[in-house]
Amino acid sequence: MNVLNFINAFFSDNAHWQGYDGIPTRVLEHIQYTLMALGIAAAVGLPIGLLTGHTGRGGNTLALIATAARALPSFGLMVLMFVLLGLGLAPVMIPLVVLAIPPVLVTTYEAMRSVDPAPVDAARGMGMAEAEVLFRVELPVALPLILSGLRSAAIQIVSTATIAAYVSFGGLGRYIVDGLYQRDYEKVVGGATLVAVLALATLGVFWAVGRLTVSRGVRRSG
Amino acid sequence: MNGLFDLPSDLQNSYWGLIALHLREAMIPVLAGLLVALPIAQLCVRLRWLYPPVLWVTTVLYAIPSLAFFVVLIDYTGLSETTVMIPLAVYSLVVFVPAIVDGVRSVPRETLDAATAMGFGPVRRYVQVQLPIAAPAIIAGLRVASVSSISLVSVGMLIGNQGALGNLLNSGMIYNQPRLIWLSVVGTAVLAIVVDAVLIGLRILVTPWMPRGTRKNARPIALKDAAR
Repeated sequence: MNVLNFINAFFSDNAHWQGYDGIPTRVLEHIQYTLMALGIAAAVGLPIGLLTGHTGRGGNTLALIATAARALPSFGLMVLMFVLLGLGLAPVMIPLVVLAIPPVLVTTYEAMRSVDPAPVDAARGMGMAEAEVLFRVELPVALPLILSGLRSAAIQIVSTATIAAYVSFGGLGRYIVDGLYQRDYEKVVGGATLVAVLALATLGVFWAVGRLTVSRGVRRSG
Repeated sequence: MNGLFDLPSDLQNSYWGLIALHLREAMIPVLAGLLVALPIAQLCVRLRWLYPPVLWVTTVLYAIPSLAFFVVLIDYTGLSETTVMIPLAVYSLVVFVPAIVDGVRSVPRETLDAATAMGFGPVRRYVQVQLPIAAPAIIAGLRVASVSSISLVSVGMLIGNQGALGNLLNSGMIYNQPRLIWLSVVGTAVLAIVVDAVLIGLRILVTPWMPRGTRKNARPIALKDAAR
């Protein structure tokens, strides 16, 4: 297979493992963009999703916001922000956060709504305060779904952060964009492999987080 | 004087031409994905043990970034529209399979038994009972697949200007014309919203039995697909 040869050549070349354009640097940059965007999206989406889900109000508004945000093309938005704001972290972060908020927000809301009302009533009957009901009853039960929302947000960020290279930023997209310009297909395929591996690693991380944080009782019933 | 919709000559297309091209590059893969997903989903409904592994494979496929997918395909299909359309078809397929399986499975047992008792064969039961009842779920999947496909076509610009409206982004950069970038972003967003609206209209058309005013049934579906 042609592609496999390219991949092998890319990864066995020592020059690709060091320096400013080395694999470790680019991978770290990519992870940095991803964590930052995911952090902002979670900081915005999780509280709103938890609250609206807890009270059960605002579902239609959320659906509307999510549909509108999804209609915005991330790539175009990134180029537009770059032209408007210039070189900086904001033109990369804005499209990534816009991309990540709908899955976080809507899944969190849905997860909270799908919690069985019986234990919630029981918790209230036992005299739990609203905050306790939210964090000690609803949140643990809703956690698997909430994590799946964060997971799909993270994966979309990882794949879209690649495009940041087109507007002069770092990350693994550098290899793909530079490689395409330099007609260096080995570099292109190497970069693509790294992004795909990083995306799959993200899946793995979320699987592990789910194993660690979701209570055993919830897992068994789900 | 330059008009709002004038484009650089090297794009060899008008703005409306690009919109038509964008629509084609985005929707052919969605329809292809739907056609392939229907039999796969039916298989998963029939053979229950098959669904978890299929779901696992689709999750992994969906995680592969579009740009990575495009560039690996360049080796096989070149810098062509096909290279853009194949990954989009795969992503659509990945959205459709769980949507259709959930939709078809949501058909109540009694309804199926009633159809059988009325003398429906398996094929007729599938086409006339299961599919129509699953229609809202399928169209919800269709909405997600179409909107994300429309957004992703732009990325095709990076591989030999195959991005339709996305090509305007590059022109805007190299000719220093922010107007072209606005045209691309607004055009793509409007296209996505219009297609979404058409699909909502389609759902209302094919599911005349669903309540319209309160939309109590419609909301969870709209929300769930928005979450993907």
